[in-house]
This record gives sequence, C-alpha cells and structure tokens, in this order.
Amino acid sequence: MEKQATINLEQQFQDRVDQDIRIEPKDWMPEKYRQTLIRQISQHAHSEIVGMLPEGNWITRAPSLRRKATLIAKVQDEAGHGLYLYSAAETLGISRAEMIDQLHTGKAKYSSIFNYPTLTWADIGAIGWLVDGAAIMNQVPLCRTSYGPYARAMVRICKEESFHQRQGFEILLTLSRGTEAQKAMCQDAINRWWWPSIMMFGPADDASPHTAQSMKWKIKRFTNDELRQKFVDICAEQVKILGMQLPDSELKWNPETGHHDFGKINWEEFWQVISGNGPCNKERIAARVKAHEEGAWVREAATAFASKQAQKQSAAVA
Amino acid sequence: MKTFIQIQRYGDYGDREPVKAEGATQNQADWPLWEVFIRSKMGLDHKHVGSLHAADAQMAIENARDVYTRRQEGISIWVVESKYIHASNPDEAASFYDPANDKVYRHPTFYDLPDELKAM
Ligand SMILES: [Fe+2]
Ligand SMILES: [Fe+2]
Repeated sequence: MEKQATINLEQQFQDRVDQDIRIEPKDWMPEKYRQTLIRQISQHAHSEIVGMLPEGNWITRAPSLRRKATLIAKVQDEAGHGLYLYSAAETLGISRAEMIDQLHTGKAKYSSIFNYPTLTWADIGAIGWLVDGAAIMNQVPLCRTSYGPYARAMVRICKEESFHQRQGFEILLTLSRGTEAQKAMCQDAINRWWWPSIMMFGPADDASPHTAQSMKWKIKRFTNDELRQKFVDICAEQVKILGMQLPDSELKWNPETGHHDFGKINWEEFWQVISGNGPCNKERIAARVKAHEEGAWVREAATAFASKQAQKQSAAVA
Repeated sequence: MKTFIQIQRYGDYGDREPVKAEGATQNQADWPLWEVFIRSKMGLDHKHVGSLHAADAQMAIENARDVYTRRQEGISIWVVESKYIHASNPDEAASFYDPANDKVYRHPTFYDLPDELKAM
C-alpha cells in the first residue's frame, strides 16, 4: 500500500519533469533526486569559492589600476555565485555550516581546475578565457535544470559570467600584441591551462545508470562529451585571434563530423587531482580553513551585537 | 581500485557517499537565514531574489546590496527572516485552488456580446 503510494508520487514527479514544470523546495521529490542535487549544487558552490583563490593571488600584482579593478570585480562576483548556490542547496534541507564542514574536511569535492597554480599574470587571462569559458558552456544549459532554485541561481550567474570571459580574453589579447616575452608568457599560460580546462567537463561519456538518471530528471541536459566538443570547436577558432596555439598536435578540423578532432585527455591526471594530489589541493583547503577559523570571532561578535541590540530594543518598548 | 564506472557531470566530482540532508551534526550555528526582496525600479513591486545569512536586519540589507545589486539591479531592499515566511502547501494545491476552477465568468471573455459593441 505504502509502496504503491510512493510509486505514484514518483510517477507524478517524473510527469512534471517531463512537462518541463520546475520542481520547487516544498514539492515532493525522490530522496535520490534531493541527494543528487545537494551534492551537485554544494560542490558547484565550493568551486566558486575555492576558485577565488588562484585569481586572488594576482589582485595585488595586477599590472594596472584598470586590471586590478576588473579582477576584484570578477573575484567578488565568484563570491556571489558561491552564495547563490549555497542558498539554493539550503532549500533542500542541508545547512550552510554542514556544507562548509564537508568542504573543509575533504568530504565534498570541488572542480579540479582550481588546484592548479597561477604562476604568471597571463594565467589570469587564460583562466578568464578558458576556465570561465568552460564554466559558461556547462552553466548555460543548467539555467533550464529541473530544480527551480538551482535554475534561478544559474540564470543570475550566467548573466554575470560573460564579463569574466571577456576580461580574460582582453588580457591575453593585450599580451599577444606585446613584446616577445609577453607573447611567450601568453602562449605558456594557454599551454598550461588548456588541458585542465577541457577536463572540467568531466570524464568521457559511457554507459552509466547514474548519468541516465540525471538526464531523466533533467538535472543535466547535455553529456560531458557534447559540451566538451562544443568548447573545443569554439576555442580552436578564438585562439586564432590571439595568434597563439592550443597545445594539441592532434587538433584539426574534421569536415566529415563538422567538428574538431582532438588529442587524448590524460584522465590519470584528472583522477589524481580530484583525489587530492593536484599541485595546490592542500594549499587551497588550508586557505579556506584559515579564513574560516580566523573569521570565527567576527561571526561571534556580530551575533552578540545583534542579540544585545535586540534586548535593548525590547527594553525600550517595555 | 575502481570497481564500477561512474560518470560525473559539471559540479559533480564523485563523492560516492550520499550527502545526508537531515540529522546532520553541526559544529556551529549559522547566522539566521533571511529572504531578500528587491524593487528594481520605482513603480514596480519588490520581487523575491534569493536568501542569505546575516546576524541582524541591518547586516542582511547591506549583504543583500553587495550580492544582489552589484549591477544596479535595485533601488530598494526588503529583508525578512525566513522563519517568518508562511507558505501554502503544494500537496494541497488541487483542493486549495479548486474554488476558482469553475468560475470562468470571472473573465471578460465569458460574456457573449455583439462585435459591433465598441469601447468595452
Ligand atoms: Fe562563477
Ligand atoms: Fe566566473
């Protein structure tokens, strides 16, 4: 009897999803849907927050006031993206404190790309162009994801992302028209960021019940490889404007498929970085934990101040 | 060693343990949660835009300015602690909105009038 009731609810839920009716926080949803979303949205939020670190590294050393102002604005946007996403995850019943805990204890993961170091100023350009570019490619379809609060957060985020990519490309364009040393720096940054960027789309497509479920629930709308291919096709053209090269000798236009063929991705590296062995994993988490712990007194003081003010106010009323 | 193939998509980095939504242990309490409403320009209603944590109303308003109006999206902000929001129950939507279902005569198109009738 009870089992039958659940089956009906699941059917109704799937019908709504099929009709592209969004699911909202108080609606009934399968437990697995809720868990999948909590995991995906919170890990996405963590990526926005950890993603501020490699770029923050260059704020004090930006080459001009214009570059500094725009980089600060971009990094500030990423903080906002983290907030929108944490808020969306919270509507599913997980607390902010628990999510932060999961990040700090290594239970939750974040995008592997942010575990690479930013060695030169050109890296800031490459991140804007390639990393934000890949993020946009992933995020635009998420604006139509089935869970309402997640979709709305993504709409807000996508609106803000396009400036990020453009500021990055502008940095590279300037370097590409500069001295020989600047050109070399530009090419070097592209060489280092290209492969990790196309890994951002996740492992290659394969038969997987997990994938099928996410597609069926319309949490996901395109496969990893579809999005990756689109991204490669676009970048292969854009790089020509920079007069630079993508570091892939097998990259070439294939008139039969209407797409660019490209070389093999080093998945071993991807899994190593994901599982904590990237160049900066420890440093990134240590920086987050430090910021959180050193901010504890501020959070406590604000709470104490708020309750004192509230007491004063009620005393005044009485 | 991996015993099964697992595919992850963007924002999903392969945490095999399902995240527990309820009954989780909490090291420290969050600041209260606030819902944020913004009037984008004079003459329009305040519209719900999202939520944030803050110690008090003043901080909630200032944080809302910083995260929700960085590109001049608003000229007025309301915040209300989320716990004070009461909502209708979606599970009862069918019966709750039922009274309006059979009253098409509330719409102007219900009335049969000749085409010659102008300005009405
Ligand atoms: Fe972002
Ligand atoms: Fe961005």
